Amino acid sequence: MAKLTKSDVLHVAKLSKLDLTSPEVEKFQSQLSEVLNYMDELNTLDTDRVLPTSQSTGLENVFRGDDHTNDCLARDIATTNASRSDSSYFVTKGVLKK
Amino acid sequence: MKTKLRPVIGLEVHIEQNTKTKMFCGCPAIHYAVPANTHTCPVCLGLPGALPKANKLAVENILKLGLALGCKINLYSKFDRKHYFYPDLPKGYQITQYEAPFCSAGRWEAPDSPSVNITRIHLEEDTGKLIHKTVGGQKLSLVDFNRSGVPLIELVTGPDFETSEQVTAFLKEIRKIVRHLGISTADMDKGSMRLEANVSVSTTKKLPDYKVELKNINSFKFLAKAVDSEIARQTKLIHEGKRIAQETRGFDEAAGGTLSQRTKEEAKDYRYFPEPDLPPIRLSQEYVTGLKTNLPKSPSETIHELASWGVSWQAATIIVKDRARLNYLYDVRSIDNSVDLKSIANLIVNKNVDKKYKDPNDLLASIVKSAGNLSLEAKQMTKFINEVLIENPKAAEDFRLGKTNVVGFLLGKFMQKSAGRGDPKEVSKRFFDRLK
Repeated sequence: MAKLTKSDVLHVAKLSKLDLTSPEVEKFQSQLSEVLNYMDELNTLDTDRVLPTSQSTGLENVFRGDDHTNDCLARDIATTNASRSDSSYFVTKGVLKK
Repeated sequence: MKTKLRPVIGLEVHIEQNTKTKMFCGCPAIHYAVPANTHTCPVCLGLPGALPKANKLAVENILKLGLALGCKINLYSKFDRKHYFYPDLPKGYQITQYEAPFCSAGRWEAPDSPSVNITRIHLEEDTGKLIHKTVGGQKLSLVDFNRSGVPLIELVTGPDFETSEQVTAFLKEIRKIVRHLGISTADMDKGSMRLEANVSVSTTKKLPDYKVELKNINSFKFLAKAVDSEIARQTKLIHEGKRIAQETRGFDEAAGGTLSQRTKEEAKDYRYFPEPDLPPIRLSQEYVTGLKTNLPKSPSETIHELASWGVSWQAATIIVKDRARLNYLYDVRSIDNSVDLKSIANLIVNKNVDKKYKDPNDLLASIVKSAGNLSLEAKQMTKFINEVLIENPKAAEDFRLGKTNVVGFLLGKFMQKSAGRGDPKEVSKRFFDRLK
């Protein structure tokens, strides 16, 4: 049984700025549900005595001084991978509706 | 039937730091009047594989602000990723702080305003800047990433304001403090201080179950106007028996009111999680105490300090505004910390004694003289009198021989011992009584 509803999928699609066709919604409904089912499987492990972590290095307090600036990318290099740019800016579809 | 309505206002203030470099890379942080996209690198462009490294000064700066506002400093802190898709955010997430901000639970107090709780102050990276343009009938957004990654402080208050005047007074104070600490220029017209207000109107004692977020406001004046017009709009809706939608609104000066803007994701939609590329930060108590000790005192802290010395709140508020008067009061206290600072502060405010007696020593001398400073304890007085009489047996002899003016000499000896304290008349009388 699918864990995610159609509206869950549409909600995630909206957050990802994706337009999905209804066959795609069905396809992702089952695929994303499978991912969650796998999480359920992981959840059966006993982790009571394991501390949660988001780090694997054990490092703390890694800082950079503010005393000098680094060289920046040349503008044409910075924009070189953009799907669209003009001489100064990265260019995207307008985000304002009105 | 009339319902008693009460506006409920909370604030979010963004303050851009004036560090030399960005928050997580060595690009110059300056972006105002700089050619677009010339201050970028793989980190602040969100290129794959680039790794952030935190700017130590930016962390120190936010701690200073937190300390100045009486916040609790969280000794263990970390960064989180906040996800949303918008072209000003090249990585698809913003590095910010969610669970463990550097500062929380502060409080700001002022005499003629309700006290304001500082819910949290956290550190994040600024986004790029968007310019909206129509080219050949096509709507486009142009992105400049010079601002991307500039250290940004977000300060969140509790819902503790009821009027736009209180809001403005608080924000002006924050700007003053930030400039005083030297951590931001806090120039509103250059976007280095940005204001947001959450406004709702309560019909009961409790907080309403909705809030309207006023965003993108770049001056104190506009914020006050936006808050006032939003309170009026909501009050009208309540009187009409309508429900008020939770939404984001901007201020439109031409319309003289607020207008609805894009709907916002809910916190759960941001899918916050700990930033794996930045190790957590553990601060030592000694380090934080050191920062606090070296902090230039904020005006409100100074007022608290003066109040703790007995100075009236009113006098303290006036004196704090004038550096010279404040230093004068500090000088007086450093000369004699047993002096009645409350009266001195009142004399400074009401009689300008700091102008009359340029040297605080002269002021103290005149006060001692005029009040005959009676603060000397009877026991001490007796002790000094005994000492003077024992040390000057000849004077006692002279007195018995009829030279009563020797009391003046004894009084002088007494004053040397008491450092000028003790009512001269009374001391003389005591010498007379002892000698005759």
